[in-house]
Amino acid sequence: MELNELYRDVILDHNRKPRNFGGLEPADASVEGFNPMCGDRLTVRLRLADDTISDIRFEGQGCAISTASASLMTEAVKGKTRAEALQLFDRVHQLLTDDAATGADELGKLAALSGVREYPARVKCASLCWHTLASALRSANPQALPAVSTE
Amino acid sequence: MNNIALAARPASFDVDALRRQFPVLSRLVRGKPLVYLDNAASAQRPNAVIDAVNDYERHHHANIHRGVHTLSQEATALYESARDKMVDFIHARSRNEIIFVRGTTEAINLVAQSYARPLLQPGDEILITHLEHHANIVPWQMVCEQTGATLVVAPIDARGEVHFDAVAALMSPRTRLLACAHVSNALGTVLPVRRLIAAARARGIVTLIDGAQAVSHMDVDVQALDCDFYAFSGHKMYGPTGVGVLYGREQLLERMPPWQSGGEMILSVTFAKTTYNGLPNKFEAGTPNISGVVGLGAALDFLQGLDREAAHAHETALLERASAALSRIPELRIVGTAPDKASLVSFVVAGVHPHDLGTILDEDGIAIRTGHHCAMPVMEFFALPATARASFAFYNTFEEIDRLAAGVERARKIFA
Repeated sequence: MELNELYRDVILDHNRKPRNFGGLEPADASVEGFNPMCGDRLTVRLRLADDTISDIRFEGQGCAISTASASLMTEAVKGKTRAEALQLFDRVHQLLTDDAATGADELGKLAALSGVREYPARVKCASLCWHTLASALRSANPQALPAVSTE
Repeated sequence: MNNIALAARPASFDVDALRRQFPVLSRLVRGKPLVYLDNAASAQRPNAVIDAVNDYERHHHANIHRGVHTLSQEATALYESARDKMVDFIHARSRNEIIFVRGTTEAINLVAQSYARPLLQPGDEILITHLEHHANIVPWQMVCEQTGATLVVAPIDARGEVHFDAVAALMSPRTRLLACAHVSNALGTVLPVRRLIAAARARGIVTLIDGAQAVSHMDVDVQALDCDFYAFSGHKMYGPTGVGVLYGREQLLERMPPWQSGGEMILSVTFAKTTYNGLPNKFEAGTPNISGVVGLGAALDFLQGLDREAAHAHETALLERASAALSRIPELRIVGTAPDKASLVSFVVAGVHPHDLGTILDEDGIAIRTGHHCAMPVMEFFALPATARASFAFYNTFEEIDRLAAGVERARKIFA
């Protein structure tokens, strides 16, 4: 395993210049995610139009993997319905943890996160934002959600 | 650097020969020779410890203090001889002052629950410092909740130093206990414990010193320190995990009720009344970590066989070398710059998160700790979520520090 498989250019770029970074007022949901093992902390805020994520932003502090993952996530889920966003979470989670995961091509830029699975200690860095998003979607409307697959 | 190198390597201290006694130090990690710089989290074991545990498991294991048979007597003798060695090592007065526990955390909890909890009244105060490990914060918070006592926290300065005056100023007529680290695990700061203990004693305040980071770096003499309790772990002093020591002044231990109850800590049990065993067994309920204690005894023999003065001088030279090498790296800031430090360096690099740095160094076979070091108030004080920490032992070399510095430079390039 080479380091440049983990720290791919896409990851480094999104770490250096995180997209959709900052506050969002007003927001339909705002949830803080915290990884007590490493001190990573981020807040995901989103707006829903009907059932679609019309806007999403995040802020906080974390390592390159966690910052880039959050940045890529906001790009990927904007414009998606909640069910679509949660399906995507499942597939990203598989990508991060399952060596046999397929279909990385369809994930677009998110596929850049696949290097993380060689570094088990870092999987939580990449998945923190997704767990936070799932929680935000749940808090926005607890009834209408399919089950969230977490670790 | 030549002067330091010469001073640090007298003829009696041969780092290469010492390294050969630690088998793990010759392994490869990710194809590179291991550079183990996480000694403050847990030090490695020499053959002497590994062999002693192995020999015990293969030839002598039985439960202790129980049987008339040969194995039980051998196991008991090995276990209790480790206690004797510990008496010598920290200069306790007697065997009754050495309680074997699981580690520093359990030792502090024992004092919190058995000494402090029955004693404290609402309004009483426990004094700690801002740079304590969570294990020397949370047990006292729990006792405060249980008794109505108040936790008072002495400040640190921007260098991560604890000043005697700042702590002494907080000793009040209501202070019942001073609990502080000997050496900070997050920053390496050495606290002025001898003066603090003297000031506390003059005011009738009982003292507990968290020595987890000190015993491997300096000679600890509990009588010279004059503390009431001293807590430390075996695995940070080249022994096994799961075993540690609470030193306690005998008069205090005598008055304290047992913390846990069961076998070993009793003299007689009827359903009407139980008579407790004497010291030290009163505090060692249940079958202890016998092989761990045996291994710890072997670690003490190992340490006593070293030229410890030379070993400490080498560690000091490693600290100086690391501080100088890391300080030369642009955008790197050393966190914790007290004048008196044990051999560890906590640092941050602008633009490189400590976790990314830890992963990149691991790729070079270099093991450091990254995170909050179980000292979140210290991180909060410096407004940092985490730091990288390189902590040294006498078996580390200058070459390893150069590899650390080169690895940090590599990480900077990746994130440039």
